[in-house]
Amino acid sequence: MSLRKPAKDQPESFEFNASSLEEANHIVAKYPKGKQQSAVMALLYIAQRQNNNWIPLAAMKYIAKFLDMPYIKVYEVATFYTMYNLSPVGKYFVQVCTTTPCMIRGANKLVEACKEKISENECELSSDKSCSWMEVECLGACVTAPMMQINDDYYEDLDKEKTSEILDKILNGETPKPGSYRGRINNEPENNRKTLTDLKNA
Amino acid sequence: MLKDQDRIFQNLYNDKGSDVVASQSRGDWVNTKEITDKGRDWIINEIKESQLRGRGGAGFPTGLKWSFAPKEVGSRPHYLVINGDESEPGTCKDRDILRFEPHKLIEGCLIASYAVQAHVCYIYIRGEYFVDGQKLQAAIDEAYDKKLLGKNAAGTGWDLDIYIHYGAGAYICGEETALLESLEGKKGQPRLKPPFPALIGLYGCPTIINNVETIAVVPTILRRGAKWFASLGREKNTGTKIFCISGNVNNPCNVEEEMSIPLKELIEVHAGGVIGGWDNLQAVIPGGSSMPLIPKDRCETLKMDFDACVEEKSGLGTAGIVVINKDQDIIKCMARIARFYKHESCGQCTPCREGSGWMWRMLERMAKGDATKDEVDMLGDVTTQIAGHTICAFGEGSSWPVQGLLRHFKKEIQDRNNLDPIVQKKNNIPYLVDQHLLDKKNA
Repeated sequence: MSLRKPAKDQPESFEFNASSLEEANHIVAKYPKGKQQSAVMALLYIAQRQNNNWIPLAAMKYIAKFLDMPYIKVYEVATFYTMYNLSPVGKYFVQVCTTTPCMIRGANKLVEACKEKISENECELSSDKSCSWMEVECLGACVTAPMMQINDDYYEDLDKEKTSEILDKILNGETPKPGSYRGRINNEPENNRKTLTDLKNA
Repeated sequence: MLKDQDRIFQNLYNDKGSDVVASQSRGDWVNTKEITDKGRDWIINEIKESQLRGRGGAGFPTGLKWSFAPKEVGSRPHYLVINGDESEPGTCKDRDILRFEPHKLIEGCLIASYAVQAHVCYIYIRGEYFVDGQKLQAAIDEAYDKKLLGKNAAGTGWDLDIYIHYGAGAYICGEETALLESLEGKKGQPRLKPPFPALIGLYGCPTIINNVETIAVVPTILRRGAKWFASLGREKNTGTKIFCISGNVNNPCNVEEEMSIPLKELIEVHAGGVIGGWDNLQAVIPGGSSMPLIPKDRCETLKMDFDACVEEKSGLGTAGIVVINKDQDIIKCMARIARFYKHESCGQCTPCREGSGWMWRMLERMAKGDATKDEVDMLGDVTTQIAGHTICAFGEGSSWPVQGLLRHFKKEIQDRNNLDPIVQKKNNIPYLVDQHLLDKKNA
């Protein structure tokens, strides 16, 4: 199990803004009547997006009222799943996959680049408070290892140099182009394609 | 090698675009009504005859699973749930289906929902695949626009609504009952079985849960016939499969191939060979991290299918092949996998919650050479006390890779870790019984 703690400094209150509210109502409608609790995960995401990439306790209380469920159950969900950030992570949240398939392709170099560019320790905000990084478990892009995720986007086929370039960009407030950084098309075998050849570049 | 026209996922590398028009030109959504008109029994029977086995890891026969759904809809509605919580290290096949072949999946959902009489289908996608989930959502919206979903979907007379539900980074939610808990808005902790989800599943209603790849191949099987599908591969291991080849190979890739293809062919032909040549191969994990590794000498002849892998005391799992060459420290690789399981244990059952951490810490010590001689056997002892003593299969999943390491690389561990135990065992008191008293006396 992973150890997860809410941040020390918590805002007093939290409320969905108009667009979040609309999205939340749309999501609650996906589930049968009386089963609105199912929407809790999606609502936590909405709160996280609205509140600068992290979820304060006030938001959990608000969602509990919104879905008519006990606060502790929202707290349970928010602390169980690792994608809910319980403390500020900055505008750009860098997640480096270091599980075995990435590890044997050199994921530790990516970690080194993060240490140099962002901060010495993981889950620590950079000096301008705009980003932070952490090591995560398998992100499901093993054939394009090593890779990392920044907010929602995947950056694949990396090495230390390319990672540093990407990190430089985000530290300047730009959003680099996601995808493979060796120019390969999706998950095809690079320069060695033996299948679906008649369709290539069709 | 499989002929290109026998590949189900023609757009695996997104050469042709994934929108509904491009998909229709590849044969999706053509005469869906003709398939459903043949009736539920015909569909289920055809899937049974094709011998399609679940692609999510366990390899359970899909037709059989569908036949467990109650024949008549009672007071409780039926649900179809698609498992797209792909988190097994080494596996990335479902992601390509979600982003490049979404209409195969959606059409499969319609046919499967019709077969098990569900009007609502939830597709559970891991939260990290948010961008790919958006692409699937766009495809679903497209299907609604073209009246391929919703009321009287695709003219079949069957009403179906599909909703996407995002997970949030919990590996355990790939276990079917944990997935249901998560879908109900709770912590993803697996349920005791029985009752099985086919009778009591989502919201206590009959629920059929299938992997993304399983459902996505269904329309093609029904179109081309069970006989065609069964003619590929071998008995009980039929059809095609997307293999994800990662790790120390020259061209890591996803490729769809025939079941029972030799592992060596997959690596040499499609993945461009092992880095440093075949002789530099150390071991291969054949089916995602929870399957025991297979050393080089067995890899020469191994055929990639469910039964052949089981004969090697491993498993096909999700067909996520991780190739490890001799430049890597195998103990370190397994220690990292043990750390993955320690991180992902849901914490419900004590043997798994505590044991996964023990295994990780012992392996880390062994990788550094800081362990004592007796700890090697102790590690094996820990694995057997986890496997089979937990609610779900996570216990097996976390201990099998360690058992595989001990089975094939025990000598390497022993060579590196030859420290003497601090406390020598002097009498025959079984381990764990009053061990602490013994320790004190000798300390």
